[in-house]
Amino acid sequence: MRARWPALGLALLAGGVAAGEIGPSERRSGRDFMSAETRAMQADDNSNPGMLWVLQGEQLWSDPAGSKNLSCASCHGEATESMKGVAARYPAFDDASGKPIDLAGRIARCRTERQGAEIPAREGDELVALTTYVAHQSRGLPVAPPADERLAPARAEGRRLFETRMGQLDLACASCHDDNWQGRLGGSAVTQAHPTGYPIYRLEWQAVGSLQRRMRGCMVGVRAEPFAYGSDAYVALEAYLMSRAAGMAMETPGVRP
Amino acid sequence: MGAALLALTAPAGAQPVGATDVPTLIAYEVAGDAITGPLGGTRGDADRGAKLVAERQKSLCVLCHSGPFPDPHLQGNLAPDLKGVGVRLSEGQIRLRVVDMKRLNPASIMPAYYGLPAGERVAATWRGRPILEPGEIEDIVAYLVTLKDE
Ligand code: HEC
Ligand code: HEC
Ligand code: HEC
Repeated sequence: MRARWPALGLALLAGGVAAGEIGPSERRSGRDFMSAETRAMQADDNSNPGMLWVLQGEQLWSDPAGSKNLSCASCHGEATESMKGVAARYPAFDDASGKPIDLAGRIARCRTERQGAEIPAREGDELVALTTYVAHQSRGLPVAPPADERLAPARAEGRRLFETRMGQLDLACASCHDDNWQGRLGGSAVTQAHPTGYPIYRLEWQAVGSLQRRMRGCMVGVRAEPFAYGSDAYVALEAYLMSRAAGMAMETPGVRP
Repeated sequence: MGAALLALTAPAGAQPVGATDVPTLIAYEVAGDAITGPLGGTRGDADRGAKLVAERQKSLCVLCHSGPFPDPHLQGNLAPDLKGVGVRLSEGQIRLRVVDMKRLNPASIMPAYYGLPAGERVAATWRGRPILEPGEIEDIVAYLVTLKDE
């Protein structure tokens, strides 16, 4: 294990030495960097705007849909029981496709194959609401990446992507979220980029959106071509971020600036 | 770095002939840790430089640096404060740092403002283009040398 996190100034002056991964005891949710006001908004279900998406997802859960006219509840019963802890262990390995799948992809699969409905759009209201509702059933539970060796290549690829300098600004995710998480970029806290709150209500979006949408924002910020929604690359990044956040509490729906 | 090390940089030299949008960067001379002459031969305008440094979309300086600019609460703290930089560094030293900080510190997070993009997956709009044009670099240099108050 590495020694104490060097002070930011030292990390910058050290020149050439990447500070590297964050030790388990130093992990902090994005929530801890927010203003007291935004934290309070997340903490109270009556003021957390993400709860509207949870309610919409709850409705969709029991609405029959598709050519089979089945609801999620027809097969899965009470989500509070059947979906408890599920989001905390995604992305998971998907036998059908022989590769890792993220939670939204998993839900989309049930929508098309089990209900016989149209493929839901990745950032569309319906899939975002269902994903938020399902992930909400894990709130408070620890992130628990499965001990499945078949996920190892995706986690390694996610880590490689996280540490690759991208875009015209030539910055890696790690340049900010591992090496400078204590700092401020313009007026914003950099944070450690933990995926614990997703899907989140983002004040800047005035809406709930996925982890992939959040990562897209950072890629566009460094002037890189973002990956396609649902791509293996994003699922790999998700798998790495979840392993990096193992044990931290799920917060869905998180609120972020 | 000790004695003046002279290197001539013309990064566009190896482009294949026939490509239509071959980026051409003008050459500059590095002496020690400085670029002594202005890029393109003409010095810039400090007022224009002040505006460029303070704006948030194009130069991006204040995302990382604080300094004697408007809106301190929107300035980042990932880099040294630029207050007094005109005392700490010479004009030529400032120029090299803005042009290509990675020449001095390959691990720096500061983008090379006058170079060809080095990161992967550069978005189409920015491909094959430096972040700033020589005239804009010179405006910024002309402004930073005036920051004498420490
Ligand atoms: C130049 C610095 C920088 C780089 C490079 C960067 N980010 Fe970010 N990232 C930020 C900042 C700043 C925020 C917080 C924004 C806010 O609060 O508005 C953020 C937020 C995030 C969040 C949200 C965390 C939360 O608590 O909800 C995630 C996830 C994230 N980034 C992932 C990435 C990934 C993946 C990459 C690489 C593809 C990346 N970032 C590259 C600066 C950066
Ligand atoms: C016709 C029955 C059926 C319907 C309807 C259905 N599912 Fe499923 N679902 C399954 C089965 C069976 C599995 C597990 C087997 C598999 O991998 O397909 C599953 C797996 C899942 C999983 C992964 C669970 C885990 O433990 O990894 C999630 C999440 C899920 N479904 C969500 C939904 C949602 C949300 C809906 C409604 C939009 C839905 N399902 C509709 C049958 C159904
Ligand atoms: C992504 C963050 C980032 C951005 C954007 C950025 N810098 Fe920097 N800059 C740094 C860091 C970090 C250093 C410290 C040197 C190092 O990295 O080795 C630095 C150092 C400097 C120095 C040397 C300061 C000293 O006191 O030695 C100057 C001058 C400078 N930057 C000017 C600029 C200007 C002008 C801009 C905008 C055109 C800019 N920087 C944009 C991160 C940044």
